[in-house]
Amino acid sequence: MSEAGEIPRAARAFVDFVALLRANGFAVAPEQTTSYLAAIWLLGPRSLEDIGQAGLATLAPPPERRAVYDALFCVHFLGGEALGGEADSDETLKVQEEQAGQEEPLTADEINQSGQAASRSEAVVERRFNQANGADALRRLSREAARRLPLRRGHRRMRARRGPFADLRRALRESARNDGEMLRLSRLRRRPKPRKLLLLIDVSGSMKQRTDENLELAHALTQAAPLVETFTFGTRLTRVTRALRLKRREQALRAAGGIVSDWDGGTRIGDALQAFLAVPRFAGYARGAAVIVISDGLERGDVAAMRDAASKLSRRAWRFDWLTPLATSRAFTPQTAGLSAIRPFVDEMAAGGTSAAIVAHILSLRTRRAA
Amino acid sequence: MAPRQSIVGIDSPEALERALRAAYYLADEGVATAAYLALALGKPLLLEGAPGVGKTECAKAIAAVLARRLIRLQCYEGIDASAALYEWNYPRQMLAIRQAGEQAIDIYGEAFLIERPMLAVLRAPDSTVLLIDEIDRSDQEFEAFLLEFLSDFQISIPERGTLRAVERPVVVLTSNRTRDLHEALRRRCVYHWIDYPAADREARIVMMRASTVAEATAKAVVAAVGKLRREPVSKAPGIAESVDWAEAATLLNKGGARWPEAFRRSIGVALKDEEDLAYVRPRLDAILAEATA
Repeated sequence: MSEAGEIPRAARAFVDFVALLRANGFAVAPEQTTSYLAAIWLLGPRSLEDIGQAGLATLAPPPERRAVYDALFCVHFLGGEALGGEADSDETLKVQEEQAGQEEPLTADEINQSGQAASRSEAVVERRFNQANGADALRRLSREAARRLPLRRGHRRMRARRGPFADLRRALRESARNDGEMLRLSRLRRRPKPRKLLLLIDVSGSMKQRTDENLELAHALTQAAPLVETFTFGTRLTRVTRALRLKRREQALRAAGGIVSDWDGGTRIGDALQAFLAVPRFAGYARGAAVIVISDGLERGDVAAMRDAASKLSRRAWRFDWLTPLATSRAFTPQTAGLSAIRPFVDEMAAGGTSAAIVAHILSLRTRRAA
Repeated sequence: MAPRQSIVGIDSPEALERALRAAYYLADEGVATAAYLALALGKPLLLEGAPGVGKTECAKAIAAVLARRLIRLQCYEGIDASAALYEWNYPRQMLAIRQAGEQAIDIYGEAFLIERPMLAVLRAPDSTVLLIDEIDRSDQEFEAFLLEFLSDFQISIPERGTLRAVERPVVVLTSNRTRDLHEALRRRCVYHWIDYPAADREARIVMMRASTVAEATAKAVVAAVGKLRREPVSKAPGIAESVDWAEAATLLNKGGARWPEAFRRSIGVALKDEEDLAYVRPRLDAILAEATA
């Protein structure tokens, strides 16, 4: 296949199908196209099903976009003849185009049943961000993140003056250099690695004052540290990590603003956290991570669900901290039902009323022990 | 490399499916097609799916079908080349240097090389199957390193030069999807997402795996497990759990327990989390009644 003009007519339809996939946001590499054609040739193809199976195996559409893939396949190979295919697939496509930018949150939404029930009344609004406040705190965060964010012990080893392991490789090389005499034994220790950080940010109406700054902070943290996951919750649970990975702050926050649809609405903390835990991929982000929830804990739903979720999260996480604007001093004792219910499971309930306080807390994590 | 036309007489997905069935693995059409294509095209097979849907079993069955030795590389966070590729036997090398005294000695000889899974497969590509299990647990660096291996099937050992496989080895990768794999890795592989099997196929799997289980028991277990998977439990029971549950209940039944009771008492082999158990217990009777009906 050196020139486009040389593609045989029989193969044309398959190459066009790949082009259609690309146009709909599927990443298909040229070598995958080649494999696809080879696979079709290998299978016969005896039926349209073979062509479909070959596509699934070689073009590797991600499982969560499988429905779109199938719809495209129908449209391309079966044309308008598919039963009701026209209207159906069109609709799927429209949803998917919205999904392309917004990825996971829909799955979580489906699970969050009570959240769905509440979605009739929720305020679905788009959000505009103000100019940065607490800019000093954010600058401090970017400056000190590398030195002060929590670490975990990695598996790989590095050379050290003192350490629990002998560096046999180095010892051999040196002894070979010295006619088999070993003059000194170098040591190795485990190389520390950055620990995962998980931010769960409340974007409900009661946190309205803080939402913009919290997201700016999440963006700064995502830029400064390698393993940061961010979710927002109100009446829904939304993963905004990908949006926040965009380098420019305005762009990232605009992208996040486009994904989150429950700004300044009600709060269903328990349900949101349950939804988070119910998706295995999301729940995996919490394992061994420093989990930080920024919320006032004013729960409109069931407190039992919130307590249950908090106990699960605390067992999964390395550390589970709850930052709330209500806490102003170290000796904070929660008064609301929600916060009192989860207090036993939280390692620390600290001040979350200003960016400076949150940054100070995050930067102090390395010196704290896992509780 | 040109696609291999046939592998030990297997010339279609159906033939492979039959062969896998003889190796006690019931593959659905998608798995059989993907595995067949991987074998025929000489590409690695990447299987993703929830824990317990039979990804590792599939690799074992493929090895059995090809009558090859399965070499398993279990991934974990921090896995590195010395655990996956090769390592030098340093204590032995040092002893050899001391013993040799004035004589010249090659301390990078065969005797000092410890073979790890990837090197072992590279040296005997026609008699082994490499299973790289739970690739999602390894870190990104290892994934990048794997990329090189999977595209060229060669390894360089600085002291000995580059080693290249004489033919493309059969490689199966599995992932639980706890994190997204890199696009470049997915691209190099033939991909298949294994879902939980349909009820009748799962019942056949249960009966195939546990010969003591009666058909009615298998069907009831599969129906109950299907319901449990729809509950918001933290660890949904996989196929292995279905098999265990059916076996455990049969055992209790033989010991004198009556039917729904035998299921209820052995629920611990299907749900292995105290909170999940507490959550499901109030509704368990209803679930079982519906499943055994």
